[in-house]
Amino acid sequence: MADTAIITAPKPKYDDNSLIEEFGYDDHFHDHHHGDKYQSSFIFHYIFSMDHKMIARQFLITGMFWAVIGGLMSLIFRLQLGFPEESMAWIKPILGGWITVNEAGIGTLAPEFYYALVTMHGTIIVFFVLTAGLSGTFSNLLIPLQLGARDMASPFLNMLSYWFFFSAGVVMFLSLFLSTGPFSGGWTAYPPLSALPQASTGSGAGMTMWSFSMVLFVVSVLLGGINYITTVLNMRTKGMSLWRMPLTIWAFFVTAIIGLLSFPVLVSGILLLVLDRELGTSFYLSEIFVGGQALDHVGGSPILYQHLFWFLGHPEVYIIILPAMGIVSEVLSVHARKPIFGYKAMVYSILAIAFLSFIVWAHHMFMSGVNPFISNFFVIFTLIIAVPSAVKVFNWIATLFGGNIRFTTACLFGIGFVSMFISGGLTGIFLGNSAIDVQLHDTYFVVAHFHIVMGIAAFFGMYAGVYHWFPKMYGRFMNETLGRIHFWGTLIGAYAIFWPMHYIGMAGVPRRYYSFDSFQAFNHFDTINKFITVAAIVVFTLQVLMLINFFYSIWNGKKMTTQNPWKASTLEWTTPIETGHGNWPGKLPTVTRWPYDYGKGGQDFISQIAPVEDWEKEFDEAH
Amino acid sequence: MHPQKFALLVGCASMMMMFVAFTSALIVRQAQGNWLEFQMPSVFYISTAVIVTSSITLHLAYTAFLRGSELGYKGLLIVTAILGVVFVYLQYNGWLQMNADGIFLDGNPSGSFVYVITAAHAGHLIAGIATVIMALIHAFVLPYKVTPRRKNRFQLVLWFWHFVDFLWVYLLILFLMAY
Repeated sequence: MADTAIITAPKPKYDDNSLIEEFGYDDHFHDHHHGDKYQSSFIFHYIFSMDHKMIARQFLITGMFWAVIGGLMSLIFRLQLGFPEESMAWIKPILGGWITVNEAGIGTLAPEFYYALVTMHGTIIVFFVLTAGLSGTFSNLLIPLQLGARDMASPFLNMLSYWFFFSAGVVMFLSLFLSTGPFSGGWTAYPPLSALPQASTGSGAGMTMWSFSMVLFVVSVLLGGINYITTVLNMRTKGMSLWRMPLTIWAFFVTAIIGLLSFPVLVSGILLLVLDRELGTSFYLSEIFVGGQALDHVGGSPILYQHLFWFLGHPEVYIIILPAMGIVSEVLSVHARKPIFGYKAMVYSILAIAFLSFIVWAHHMFMSGVNPFISNFFVIFTLIIAVPSAVKVFNWIATLFGGNIRFTTACLFGIGFVSMFISGGLTGIFLGNSAIDVQLHDTYFVVAHFHIVMGIAAFFGMYAGVYHWFPKMYGRFMNETLGRIHFWGTLIGAYAIFWPMHYIGMAGVPRRYYSFDSFQAFNHFDTINKFITVAAIVVFTLQVLMLINFFYSIWNGKKMTTQNPWKASTLEWTTPIETGHGNWPGKLPTVTRWPYDYGKGGQDFISQIAPVEDWEKEFDEAH
Repeated sequence: MHPQKFALLVGCASMMMMFVAFTSALIVRQAQGNWLEFQMPSVFYISTAVIVTSSITLHLAYTAFLRGSELGYKGLLIVTAILGVVFVYLQYNGWLQMNADGIFLDGNPSGSFVYVITAAHAGHLIAGIATVIMALIHAFVLPYKVTPRRKNRFQLVLWFWHFVDFLWVYLLILFLMAY
């Protein structure tokens, strides 16, 4: 190490703009696209926009809308769980018929609607917020910007992708207002609850709209995914080899591949389900007696649906978490002023996780009567996922170690992500064992596990991204003080919600129950349930604070005065503050190095477009 | 490779996954027993011959287009479109034949799978016919000229058509093995 310290960098000769001017390459973009028509009018600029940066913001704000709806739903069912005796008459103005008020004025939540709330909370948060809102937002924003592309491969498909997502949202939103209520058979939509319209109140029109909405959503994911993959492989600027891509791009790229291979399977599953419902086929329905009457169906297998669903369902959790991992890798490296530790190991672990995600789906079905020998296979591969996950955690911590960390809100959320991912990942090792799963299956232990590891953790990754790239999106900064209150409150609050759930889960308290009145064994957990509910209300309030911060900062936040406020080396910060259509006003930047040259030779950072100097060759040899 | 062609390939991979899901569901369901065995309708063999021929005619239309034979280009495109429609018609006849044999959509899942998978495939083939019609419009409306842009458009149609053709052959082989 002694001789490496001698090699220090001379003062850089260029700023970013002159670098692009001198070394960039001219694709004559602005000769061909002079005065794009979709930039000019309000409708084509803000609504049917084909600019990836605008589409990213559309995804983000739509995702936020759904996060509020999904969050409010969880508060209502948490109130029911924490304070089952309290009157809910006060929300009757909103929920209407779902609250029955008795003569004494005590309002009770209808049990059917409790199930609808749980179902919709899951569907909305998993698909609309953490899939579309997270990977939709940041893939759109960052893939062209960080790769040095003018836009996505097909801006038109990109626009369609958003509008399919929007339509899926409209259908799902309308289903909330059905007199029979939205679908209420759980976000996994297992038959027979989903296949028999007469099975429950939500199984009729609610389920029809659920499946229609999901198909629209899948179309959105596929159109987006085709675009992301094509852009990454075909539209990189000069010098941007695959091994020079930021980890964010690697994560979005692999996420898109997973989505593209797993979502069509969900469509197949839903299609067969719809045929069972509408045309009397028997894919999932066997000889069932309803009210003493045998149904016409013969020879169906509900387990078949579970296979098809979880073949998407498990990759789906990696579709949610991989973008968050990519964002966190980038944010931690920038704010710790250190190169990411083990760049290639990070990429290989993303690939390994992606591969393994396809061969572990049946660990959701250990209790469905699958062959125990088959279970062993799934146990082994599930536990092997701990290896690439641990590699990533180690690398994040090693990136932070000895760094000159700037504790900005974005960085704090990055660190919070690592904390959440570790605590949630450890409980995954319990659940991945089929023997332990016998006890823990469908208890609050599972609820705690997945909320921490893919709910809260993914939200933290999303927040890290929002705080970090907010200046790029809106040219202003979010308020840091509010941001820190948001972070610390959410970190402590989220643990306060989900840690106790591990305990009640191990005690056997089952999830999805409306009330525990008739279970003497679970009665003494009511204080814990009250505590969880209060913590949930506090955490939700803090998210409202974040939303206020977000929307206030769009118009009134501190203005961005330099192009590269975080002093990051990636390409998105070489674009002008007001990034117009086409991203770079003149030539495209030429990339000369990997994206993590922080602290090299005593230099704070070296932009990806800075030419390789002579001292660096010596430096690289010395290392 | 042109990004649009690459995007098409990625899209085909995605469509393939949908059919992989259907067919693996079929195999898993078959392994659980209570499975009605029956003969594939003989019309399916004729339709297979038709679709494979249409792939060849479309390919020849493409080479004619490159070679400068305008007549071959336009004529073979028309033949391809007709063969595509004939294929869908024959598939429909296959359904009628199954129906006549007492295999119904809402009967034993073994029959339902054949109906659903062939219907989903026919849906993709109708999309393919739409792209061939697009190519026909290009052929008859635009002046004949080999440009990189038109070559690329034609190749997109060609690749998608080959994909749907290959998909049917895969499905038929699977049906023959499973029934």
